[in-house]
Amino acid sequence: MVILDARNVKRSFGGVKALKGVDVTVQEGTITALIGPNGSGKTTLFNILSGILPMEEGEIIFMNQDIGKWPAHKRALLGMARTFQNLQIFQEMSVLENVMIGGFRHTSSGFMAGGLSLPKVRGEMKALEGKAIELLGELGLTSYAHVQAGELPFGLQRKVEIARALALEPKLLLLDEPAAGLTTKETSDLARFIHGLKERGITVFLVEHDMDLVMGISEWIIVLNFGQKIYEGTPLAVKRERTVIKAYLGERRAKG
Amino acid sequence: MKKDYLLLLVVALAAFALPMILPGDYYVEVFLFMGINILVALGLSLLMGYAGQISLGHAGFYGMGAYISGALSAHLGWPVPLAALMALVATALVAGLIGWPTLRLKGHYLAMATLGLGIILYILFVQLRSITGGASGLAGIQPVHIGGFYLDTPRRYCYLVWALVILSFLFSINLVRSRTGLALRALHYSEVAASTLGIDVAKYKLQVFVFSCVLAALGGILYAHYITFISPETFGFMYSIKLVVMIVLGGMYSLWGALLGGAFLSLLPEFLHRLEDFEVMVNGLILLMILIFLPGGLVGLLQKIGEKIRGHS
Repeated sequence: MVILDARNVKRSFGGVKALKGVDVTVQEGTITALIGPNGSGKTTLFNILSGILPMEEGEIIFMNQDIGKWPAHKRALLGMARTFQNLQIFQEMSVLENVMIGGFRHTSSGFMAGGLSLPKVRGEMKALEGKAIELLGELGLTSYAHVQAGELPFGLQRKVEIARALALEPKLLLLDEPAAGLTTKETSDLARFIHGLKERGITVFLVEHDMDLVMGISEWIIVLNFGQKIYEGTPLAVKRERTVIKAYLGERRAKG
Repeated sequence: MKKDYLLLLVVALAAFALPMILPGDYYVEVFLFMGINILVALGLSLLMGYAGQISLGHAGFYGMGAYISGALSAHLGWPVPLAALMALVATALVAGLIGWPTLRLKGHYLAMATLGLGIILYILFVQLRSITGGASGLAGIQPVHIGGFYLDTPRRYCYLVWALVILSFLFSINLVRSRTGLALRALHYSEVAASTLGIDVAKYKLQVFVFSCVLAALGGILYAHYITFISPETFGFMYSIKLVVMIVLGGMYSLWGALLGGAFLSLLPEFLHRLEDFEVMVNGLILLMILIFLPGGLVGLLQKIGEKIRGHS
């Protein structure tokens, strides 16, 4: 079943056409990768899918709803979570609080209820905390729970972002270069972890430059170049495809 | 943390005891105005310290509370509670209407917009002569009474003011600990990330802005019905700045900063007025020193001292 279907997505910045009518489809329960050289439009597409950047033309169907014009927070409420290439953690909040807020969509108390500290509010916060502690344990962050997130080293901040996104209990998780800046050991741990997400029923769509990671875990790969989809297929097919090699390595190497 | 509630209890006990201990009406009155300042600063602390949205126009909302409640009471003879309620509702509505487009702005632009807003409100206080009495002020505002019991002495009124300060603090501490508090802090650091977690950023900014303006209006109402005469200078740009200084000085990232900063800036003139012409200079110098040497404000200083004591024992 298709969980995400974007058709003919167009977006330009000034005179630069960043996306020239891209179609992407993500099957539910799979790990799908989006690859392409720098500037090919991968992050732009992710920003459009998650709703933090409007598109100029096109259509996005997520879980059978036309979300193309929805604001970002409504898409998140429907079950779409993401991480960022340039980390967007809440620096001056503790690691625990960062992850707690990820579960925001499972709470509902309002401003007045919060100020009056109604029993419902306290119950919600307890539940958020319990869930967050569980996730911290899973990602090996337990000992950092009360550390300010901004003080952690880069690799751990990435993990905090992933834990935060998971607290949302997403149906679809968009990972924007999750392995960037990680050591080899951290990357292989990450690969195992992403693979585990599939078992939990989370569909993963990731942008990534680390080809070992991409080839190792994805079932389907979509290749962008200059704002256009140039190919899509299984890892094996992508490795052999001439147009892909050309896009990455240039004309001569592809021939030779 | 439980610590906040414990601290609030201590503050409440102090606020209960002080009006009885203080040697004369003058000091009680200083404590009373301190309470009003702290109330207004508390709202601004939620808006600026927690949600990260600057307002340089809060004196305008402080004035709106004072003028609406004052005018209804002075011109139309409305009973004070009704006039006050009307002023709170009207301020909330205006803040909502103005905040909706304004809060889309960020950083310097939001500062400029709220600055302009404060100035416009000030001009209205001066120019709407038939309602506000213009530059010469609005007289004949009714004092607060419960049945035949008039809260017209500093001591009695002081209890009303501080009761409201304590209740507002209780509400705010609760709020900060709720999901709304988490959302406000999250959008402070990254609106983009907050929105991708399901937080309706515009809605939360508007809610905290309106609440913050309502607290300012409440302060204005308390001021108006105590003094019973108000004029525009009280609600001008300088007071907006003073409020910002209060929370920066006290420590922006804690509600207690509003308490300490508000108390400090309310007391400082009392110590400095003997210096006459030098007052302004010394005042400025003290603020400068605090900002340079205590970036965490007075709350930060107390925390450091607390850590030292714990470390040595």
